[in-house]
Amino acid sequence: MTTAQTKQEISEASRRRYEELRAAGQDVTPKGLPEATSLDGAPIAPDTIIGRERVPAGWYATVRLRRGEALRIVDDSGRSSVSLIGWREEDTSERINCADTVKVQWSAAISKGRVILSDMGRVLLSLVEDTSGAHDLLVGGSTPDSTLAAYGAISRNTHENFVSAAAKIGLGLRDIPPCVTFFAPVALDTKGRFLWNSGRKRPGDFVDLRAEMNLVLVLSNCAHPLDPARPAASKSITLIRHRAPPPAQDDPCRTTSPEIVRAFEFTDRLYA
Amino acid sequence: MTSLAAPLSIPDISGAVYTHDIPAERPWSRVLRQGQTLRIIDSEGQQAVDALLYCADDPAERYSAQDTLRVQGSAYVDLGTRLVSNRGRVMAHITADTCGRHDTSAGCCSCESNAVRFGEAAKYQHACRENFILELSKHGLTKRDVVANLNFFMNVPIEASGAFTVVDGISAPGNYVDVTADIDVLFVISNCPQINNPCNGFNPTPIRVLIWDPSKDVT
Repeated sequence: MTTAQTKQEISEASRRRYEELRAAGQDVTPKGLPEATSLDGAPIAPDTIIGRERVPAGWYATVRLRRGEALRIVDDSGRSSVSLIGWREEDTSERINCADTVKVQWSAAISKGRVILSDMGRVLLSLVEDTSGAHDLLVGGSTPDSTLAAYGAISRNTHENFVSAAAKIGLGLRDIPPCVTFFAPVALDTKGRFLWNSGRKRPGDFVDLRAEMNLVLVLSNCAHPLDPARPAASKSITLIRHRAPPPAQDDPCRTTSPEIVRAFEFTDRLYA
Repeated sequence: MTSLAAPLSIPDISGAVYTHDIPAERPWSRVLRQGQTLRIIDSEGQQAVDALLYCADDPAERYSAQDTLRVQGSAYVDLGTRLVSNRGRVMAHITADTCGRHDTSAGCCSCESNAVRFGEAAKYQHACRENFILELSKHGLTKRDVVANLNFFMNVPIEASGAFTVVDGISAPGNYVDVTADIDVLFVISNCPQINNPCNGFNPTPIRVLIWDPSKDVT
């Protein structure tokens, strides 16, 4: 039987530990994050390129990445947003988890040095390069309803792209989790209302996502539902699959916080 | 068809067709028929209640946190929030709320995320996803069907900087939230067992659920 005294002591100890973790996660960690990549930075050595694809506005691509490979997503025009979901190739019940991604990193904003987590406490992807830092994990991609409301007619949209892409690899609606959308500068005001910060979009913005497990990714090149621009303004994006340099001992993405170090330990065990 | 015109009057507790106390750390589920109202009472205060909704006729259609926030245009769940499915339908809406702050971006705790957040020993502590998996298994559903959930009575402010923190809940003992179904929904609850952060005041406690059915109103 736990006495009231010990119960209170346990709860006070848990609170102290939580406060320490929060301080480490929010006050210390962001200072340790690397600077954004410059638009002309991080060239890809030609002999490391595995493949390249141009995805027209409104369309999607399915990309398989082996652990250690990376995908560069380039918003060539500065007018695109790219929504992404993904699964672990060997067991597609393991998939991207936006809630754990923001909760574990104490931040709804992801940028260079951050990671995207699966629902199994492992790392799917590391943001090893990022010129933008303006990505959305809260609002999600466009849907038939969102395009109807915005444009008066249903246009190509991310929800339908995800359903089509999932069907072609034997998955269905039940397998489609919340998505992350790159180059989608969603901000919050003090009342929690979402705002679109178009000043944070530039032609040539890119991210490099390094796969930390063997993955199947689906990317949808559809305007974000908060983007006030008409869909006709959307343009194609470029995807470049390449071999990333092996992570160094002090790899920024692997060493951000005690939480992230543990997430990588659990990920590495799959391949030990 | 869904309708937002359901009456907002708060039903009299005596007319409830169903009452149940969900013990601390345990799951619960029940089909809520169109028009029925579920009241979730935070009996002792500061208790997070994780919830998922599925269309009773086709559970591939389920609650979608991102669709809900997009339609609403803001990040928190409160009075009037329409709970939107992954097919864009309104499944239910919040018709009463004496707490004023609920979350739908932080997801549920799992053994695996607890191990990442709080150290490997936390992997062997009961978690909401265990509750969801067990309760969903009674309805032929699996881990695939666990999606981003609602967290009633959970306080997760998101700063302009993106800082995202689970802080002390603001719900007092007896605070409640009413959810009225717009279609027949399977309503699944995990009474959150988390003891590593302030969402339950570091002390999980029981909650009470009641259901009213306007078609069976005896008055």
